[in-house]
Amino acid sequence: MAHDIEIIEKTPAEYAYKKRRSDRLMRSQLMMFALMIFMTLISFAAVQAGFSAYFVIPVVLLLAAVQVGLQLYYFMHMSEKGHGLVAFFMYGGILIAFLTVLTFVTIIWW
Amino acid sequence: MTTVANSVGQKKGFGATLWDWLTTVDHKKIGILYLIGGGFFFVLGGIEAMLIRLQLLIPNNDFVSAGFFNELITMHGTTMIFLAAMPLLFGFMNAIVPLQIGARDVAFPFINSLGFWMFFFGGLFLNLSWFLDAAPDAGWTSYASLSIASTGHGIDFYAIGLQIAGAGTLMAGINFLVTIINMRAPGMTYMRMPLFTWTTFVASALILFAFPPLTIGIFFLTFDRMFGGNFFDHTMGGNTIIWEHIFWIFGHPEVYILILPAFGIFSEIFSVFSRKRLFGYSAMVFATVLIGFLGFMVWAHHMFTVGLGPTANAIFAVATMAIAVPTGVKIFNWLLTMWGGSIKITTPMLYALGFIPSFVMGGVTGVQQGAAPLDYQLHDSYFIVAHFHYVIVGGVVLAILAATHYWWPKMFGTMLSEKLGKITFWFFFIGFHMTFFLQHFLGLMGMPRRVWTYMDGQGWNLFNLISTIGAILMAIGVIVLIINIIVTTARNERVGNDPWEDGRTLEWAIPSPPPFYNFAQTPLVRGLDTYWIEKQEGHKGYTAAEPVTDIHMPNGSIIPFFMTLGLFIAGFGAMYRVDHSWGLGVLVFGLAFTFLTMAIRSVKDDLGYYVTKDQIRRMERGRD
Ligand code: HEM
Ligand SMILES: [Cu+2]
Repeated sequence: MAHDIEIIEKTPAEYAYKKRRSDRLMRSQLMMFALMIFMTLISFAAVQAGFSAYFVIPVVLLLAAVQVGLQLYYFMHMSEKGHGLVAFFMYGGILIAFLTVLTFVTIIWW
Repeated sequence: MTTVANSVGQKKGFGATLWDWLTTVDHKKIGILYLIGGGFFFVLGGIEAMLIRLQLLIPNNDFVSAGFFNELITMHGTTMIFLAAMPLLFGFMNAIVPLQIGARDVAFPFINSLGFWMFFFGGLFLNLSWFLDAAPDAGWTSYASLSIASTGHGIDFYAIGLQIAGAGTLMAGINFLVTIINMRAPGMTYMRMPLFTWTTFVASALILFAFPPLTIGIFFLTFDRMFGGNFFDHTMGGNTIIWEHIFWIFGHPEVYILILPAFGIFSEIFSVFSRKRLFGYSAMVFATVLIGFLGFMVWAHHMFTVGLGPTANAIFAVATMAIAVPTGVKIFNWLLTMWGGSIKITTPMLYALGFIPSFVMGGVTGVQQGAAPLDYQLHDSYFIVAHFHYVIVGGVVLAILAATHYWWPKMFGTMLSEKLGKITFWFFFIGFHMTFFLQHFLGLMGMPRRVWTYMDGQGWNLFNLISTIGAILMAIGVIVLIINIIVTTARNERVGNDPWEDGRTLEWAIPSPPPFYNFAQTPLVRGLDTYWIEKQEGHKGYTAAEPVTDIHMPNGSIIPFFMTLGLFIAGFGAMYRVDHSWGLGVLVFGLAFTFLTMAIRSVKDDLGYYVTKDQIRRMERGRD
């Protein structure tokens, strides 16, 4: 039952490329992380400041949506190759869900 | 020779054979299980249909009681959609799709088996209602005000049975998606996938998005009926219309879950027996995906008369009519596939030829119903009954019968008799049009849908009589098919890889039935209609993408069976909890049992086993 395990050695150039790439990824992830914390702070501040609910709720929802996007693209690597189909399914699902909710809001609960 | 066809190679006793089928995770065997299960429920639903037609044979008939009639129509619809049409299609998807994409099994063999057992136990649960209480009687749509008012446990059987079966369907759908995305052989790009694989893929995506709403709707119904919920009770602040929305948000995509694989089956058949590549392949793929999307945006066309208002009705009417466009694209592509082809009228091709006019008629009445103002006239009349039988029987059932003949040799290694097959076709096809064509006119004359009986002197007698005779012809067709299956199996004349001689896709490049590991070497796909390309170049079989290596295969498991059994038991507990104190205990026990089996599955490592190179070489040599 010998199963040949293939060992592939990286060339120095490959190694350097991988390293540069992960450095870049790390930097962008840290920046996004800071940005997301900042947005969370804004949300809390908006609630604390006692603005009108008609202002606060849309702002918080908008920031939440932006955060979901950042999460997907910067932390879950959706921008990288091979995620096209996943993205297609997600956006398809979002579109359908949006239309469904829109219908419910307009013709049942309005 | 036959020894190699069996995965194990020796004759086994009854007990061992039974155990083998209960524990199998082989997609080909699960495909056969789906065919047996779906075939059983198809016959059951057919018997219910015959009773319905006998009751409507003459005016003022009292062959069955009004209450029993309601149970019959409810169980007929529910059984045919959830327990016959879908599982039969799943049977072919399971048996064929992995072969078409050059895979050795589906992505999740364990879940595949679990999906089958959940369908089977769910269906069993639903049908036990006949013996234990009364069957559900609020229609397959089970509209909430009616279903909550229904006395006895009938609707509870509906809710819990469909919940279990529906969960199985969802698993099967996810499994096919992952399989098609991840397990394609080298070179099998998306745009080289056979159309049956494509339509399976899109139908699975529809399952992924359409079944969760059904799950939620049924949970609401379960809570309203069994646990004191008030989701649909307007006197308690609920809303009965919400059920209709939720049901149709599931229900309309569901009809496309049924018809898309049927389209796929016919696409294969048209191209094989016209001996031409499918006309407009990429347009076909695009139309399939587009239908998938639009299918989610039209559900309210089932609710035009609810009073949604003119704006909503107008929007949904336009969206509904839009679906006719990609559907029309498909019809023309099939016609153009035949154009100039060298056509061979085999039994599957006969079904395909019969399908086109039948389905087009169903599509035309669909667009008529999609015009909201006209639908005020047509809604809940026999016109609707005619429409959906034209699309479902004229589309889906003809496809299932065609696929039975077309893929039978691949699945079982024997060829169904062409002569009996053609007899089945003509009985079924003529019977079908006799049964349903005149129902359009009954509807226009005012005969309402789901009526138990009707009075004399309204001019409905003759058409109802003809309709019942047609139903008997269809039944004869099905009986001939069953005889055909028995005779063919008894005769057991083995066939080779490509018994139709015109196979184009990968499944025809390997033995019938394929060995349990499907492909001794993973195939290399060099274009659309892979096997056809190989044949054109004078090759035998397929081009391999790798040398013969050890093959990793999954072990069978009994856990899916027991996991489902737990849910089945819990279902009874949930239902009888309402009137017996022991119910709660049974509910808890059943769920605990299921969780226990899940825990065992998670803790116990099962890494499968290897078929070694030598074994494969020996088995491949033994073949020819
Ligand atoms: C051109 C495509 C189609 C159009 C425009 C269409 C349109 C419609 C409309 C408007 C209704 C509701 C009528 C009413 O209740 O007043 C309906 C009912 C129905 N359709 Fe279609 N349809 C199409 C294709 C299909 C297909 C392909 C299937 C199944 C394979 C299907 C199955 C059904 C079923 C089962 C019902 C009745 C549901 C019920 O009330 O029990 N339709 N269709
Ligand atoms: Cu519909």
